[in-house]
Amino acid sequence: MYNGGVPRPSVLLESWTELVEYFRTQMRTDPDMASAVAAIRTLLEFLRRDKGETILGLRESLKWATDCLTRVDSSVAVSSGGELFLRFISLTSLEHQDLARCKKVMEERGELFLEKISLSRTKVAKLCHTFIKDGAKILTHSYSRVVLRVLEKAAAEKKRFTVYVTESQPDTAGRQMAEALRRLGVPVTVVLDAAVGYVLEKVDLVIVGAEGVVESGGIINKIGTYQMAVCSKAHNKPFYVVAESFKFVRLYPLNQQDVPDRFKYKADTLNNVSELSKEHPVIDYTPPSLITLLFTDLGVLTPSAVSDELIKLYL
Amino acid sequence: MADCGEANGPERKNEIVRAKNEEKELTKEEKQRLRKEKKQQKKQKEKKDDKGSSEKSGREKTLDPLSASQVLSTQSPTQKVPASAPIPVPPSGAPSHSSGAPSHSSSGAPSPADKPAKSKAELKAERRARQEADRASKQQGSSSSSKTKAPASDLNPVVKRLPEHVQVDDPAVVKRLAKKLERQQTRPHSSAKKIPLRSDYGYKVSLFSHLHQYSRKAPLTQLLSIPSSVIHPSIVRLGLQYSQGIVTGSNARSVALLHAFKQVIMDYSTPPNEELSRDLVNKLKPYISFLNQCRPLSASMGNAIKYIKKEISNIPSQYKEEEAKTKLLECIDKYIDEKVVLAAKAISKYAIEKISDGDVILVYGCSSLVNHILCEAFDKNRKFRVIVVDSRPRLEGREALRRLVQIGISCTYVLISALSYVLPEVSKVFLGAHALLANGYVMSRVGTSQIALVARAFNVPVLVCCETYKFCERVQTDSFVSNELDDPDELMVTRKGKTQLEDWHDLSTLGLLNLVYDVTPPDFVDLVITDLGMIPCTSVPVVLRVKNVDQ
Repeated sequence: MYNGGVPRPSVLLESWTELVEYFRTQMRTDPDMASAVAAIRTLLEFLRRDKGETILGLRESLKWATDCLTRVDSSVAVSSGGELFLRFISLTSLEHQDLARCKKVMEERGELFLEKISLSRTKVAKLCHTFIKDGAKILTHSYSRVVLRVLEKAAAEKKRFTVYVTESQPDTAGRQMAEALRRLGVPVTVVLDAAVGYVLEKVDLVIVGAEGVVESGGIINKIGTYQMAVCSKAHNKPFYVVAESFKFVRLYPLNQQDVPDRFKYKADTLNNVSELSKEHPVIDYTPPSLITLLFTDLGVLTPSAVSDELIKLYL
Repeated sequence: MADCGEANGPERKNEIVRAKNEEKELTKEEKQRLRKEKKQQKKQKEKKDDKGSSEKSGREKTLDPLSASQVLSTQSPTQKVPASAPIPVPPSGAPSHSSGAPSHSSSGAPSPADKPAKSKAELKAERRARQEADRASKQQGSSSSSKTKAPASDLNPVVKRLPEHVQVDDPAVVKRLAKKLERQQTRPHSSAKKIPLRSDYGYKVSLFSHLHQYSRKAPLTQLLSIPSSVIHPSIVRLGLQYSQGIVTGSNARSVALLHAFKQVIMDYSTPPNEELSRDLVNKLKPYISFLNQCRPLSASMGNAIKYIKKEISNIPSQYKEEEAKTKLLECIDKYIDEKVVLAAKAISKYAIEKISDGDVILVYGCSSLVNHILCEAFDKNRKFRVIVVDSRPRLEGREALRRLVQIGISCTYVLISALSYVLPEVSKVFLGAHALLANGYVMSRVGTSQIALVARAFNVPVLVCCETYKFCERVQTDSFVSNELDDPDELMVTRKGKTQLEDWHDLSTLGLLNLVYDVTPPDFVDLVITDLGMIPCTSVPVVLRVKNVDQ
C-alpha cells in the first residue's frame, strides 16, 4: 500500500488508515480551514495517541505521518506545515528526561503552534486590506481562502471595489471564488484564463494567494499565476501575494522544471499514473523578481526579506 | 588615545630628518609639535630598554580597546581616528617592533600630506588632542608610524579613509609608504634591514591610476634584496609564488598562506621578556606587508589573517611556548579543515541537488570549488556535460578542462567571445567567487559579470558557489574602486613569429589594461550556494550577521 522505503516505526498498519480518515474528517468539517492546519491538527492527534518509547522513535513516527499526509494531499503547504510543526515542538525535546513529561511539553507546544497559525489569516487580512483603496479594481486568481479573508475585511471597512477572477481551469475553482464574493455583495466578473492580458489594463492591483513560499522569495501557486505575474510586470501593476508563515518551505527552484514532481501533480495522479510527463501540472513557480510585496503574519515583506525570515525560522 | 609604541633613537632621528626634508608641507603647528617631541625623546633615551617597552606594549594592548572609544569622544572625527583603531587590523602599517599598537603620528609630515584640504580648525583640534595624549603617556615618545593601513574590510566604526596602500596616485603617500616599509623590522635597534618597496611598471590607464601595476617578467628576488633575517624564508617563497602566478585561486592562496604561517610559528621562539601573544602578532605584520607587495591580498586571505591574529592574541599568558605553538597549529589546521575542506563537501551536497540528468553546465575559468562539485556529481552518476569558457590572457579554463576531462566528463571549450553562441543550449551556469560583498555583489575573475549578464539575457539560471569564509564586510558597486592590475606585458601575443604590441611603451598615448577582478550585481545571480545552504544573493548580510553573533 505504501512505499516500503519509508522506515517503519512502531505503529500498526491500521493507524495509517486512522490517520488519513482523521485528516479527511478535519477537512470536511471545516472547509474554510487551510489544508496545512488540518494536517497539523492530525499530527497533534497522532502525537497524543502515539505509544512510542523513545524521543527518536517519536520523531520518526511524526516524520512518517507527515509523509503519509503528503501522499494524500500533495500540496506544498501540507509538507511545509508538517516540517514546521516538527521543528516547533522538537525545540524542547532534549530538556526533559522523562518521556511522558516530554510528550506533554510537546503537546502543549503543538497546541500553541496551532493556535498561533489559526490566527494568522486574520493578521494577514489586517495588514493587507489597507492597500486596497476605495474604488480599486482587483484581479485575483482561482480560489484562495486568504484572499477571500482579505477582501472580506476590506468590504467590512466599507471600501468599494470590484474584482475580476480568472476561471482557473482545470477545476474551475475561480467560479467558487466568484460565488463567495457575490455573497459578500462585491461586484465580481469571471474572466477566462486567456483573458488576463486583456483585462490587466483595467485593473489597479493583483492579489493572489500562495500554496508555498520558497526560499528565494518566489511562490508556488495554482497554474496560471506565473502568467499573471509576467503580464502585471509588463503593465507595471503591483503584484501582491498573501500567505501565512507556515507556508514557507525550504525549496529553492531555479525555474519551472526545478520544482519537484511530488508538488506538481495531485496526489491521486502521482499514485496512479505511470507516465507523468503526459500529465498536466497543477501548480507553477513565480520567481521573486515579479512579486512586489508579500503579506504574511510576520509582517509585510519584500521577496528578499523572505530568506531572512526563513533563516530565522530554520537555522 | 594612548600614545603607544616606543621609538628608538636612530629611528626618531630619521623621522625628524625626513620631516625636515619635507618641510614645505609642514605647518607651523607641526613644527612646534616636532620641537616638543624632540625634547621628549631626549628624556626617553635615558629610560629606554626592552623591558620598558614590553611593559608598555602590555599597557598599550589593554589601553587600546579603550583608546578607540576615547578617541571617538575626545577627537573630532577627522582622519586621526582610524589611526587609533584596535589592533587586529591586517596589513597594519605600524612599525613592528615591540609595541605594535598603531598611534597617530607625531611626525608632522604625514598628516598634512595626507589631506591637503584639512582645515585649520581641524588641525588645531588634532594638535590639542595629541598634546593631551602626550601628556597622558608622559615618559614615552609617540611611535613614528603614521596612520593605520586599514583595509576597507576593517572593524573601524567611524569614517573610513581610503587605505594608504591604495592611494598610489599621490606621490607623497607613496613616499611615506616606502619609509614605513623601511622601518618595519623585528629588532628595535637594527636600522639597516628593511622591506623593499616594489615600483610600478609601465603606463597606467587613468581610471585605474590609484592601483599598483607590477611587472612579472623578472622574479621578485632579482629586483629586490630581501634580507632573510627580516622575512622568514617560507614567506619569501610564498611571496614569489604569488608574484609569479604559481599559486593562484582564492582557496589555494589562503591555504598556502596558512601553511606558511604554520611554518613561521613552528620556527618562532619568544624573545626574552616578551609575550608570545603580542610579539608574534608584531612579527607577522612585516610578512603581511611583504606579501601585499608581492600581490595584493585577497578577501579570503584577509579573513584568514584576522582569524590568526585573533587566535594569537587570545592565547592565555600562562601557556608555555610549546603549548601555545601547538595550540596555534591546531587552530590553523582546524580552520583549513572547517572552512575549506568541509565547506567544499557541504557545498557539493547542495549543488548536486541542482544538477539533473541531461544538464548542460557552463563554467568559467578555473574555480577549485566548481571543479570539485562537478567531479563529485560525476562520481554520483549524474549525466551532464560541461562547456568551459575561457579568456585571455590567463587562459585558466585550460586547467579546469584538463581536470574535468581527466575524470571523464565530456567537455566543450570556447573562448568568451563565443558566449552568446553557446548559451542557447546551456541549462545552468556555475560560477566561483573570489569574495562576496556585503551588498550582495559578487567579486570574481574578470569576465564573470559578462557571463552573468548574457546568461540573464538568455534566461539561464546563474549559480554562484562560495564558502562563507570569503564573505567580506566591504561594499562595492563597481569594478574601479578596488581591483588589481596585472602585468600589462601579458597582453602581448606572439603569433607566427610576430609579436603584436611589442613596442607599446614607445607610444605615449597607449595604455594596456590587464584587470584581474570584476564585480557582478546580485540581480544577475539567481542562487548562492554556501556551506550554510542555498541563499539568494541579497541574504549575504544576514549570514554575516549570524556569523558575527556566533563569534
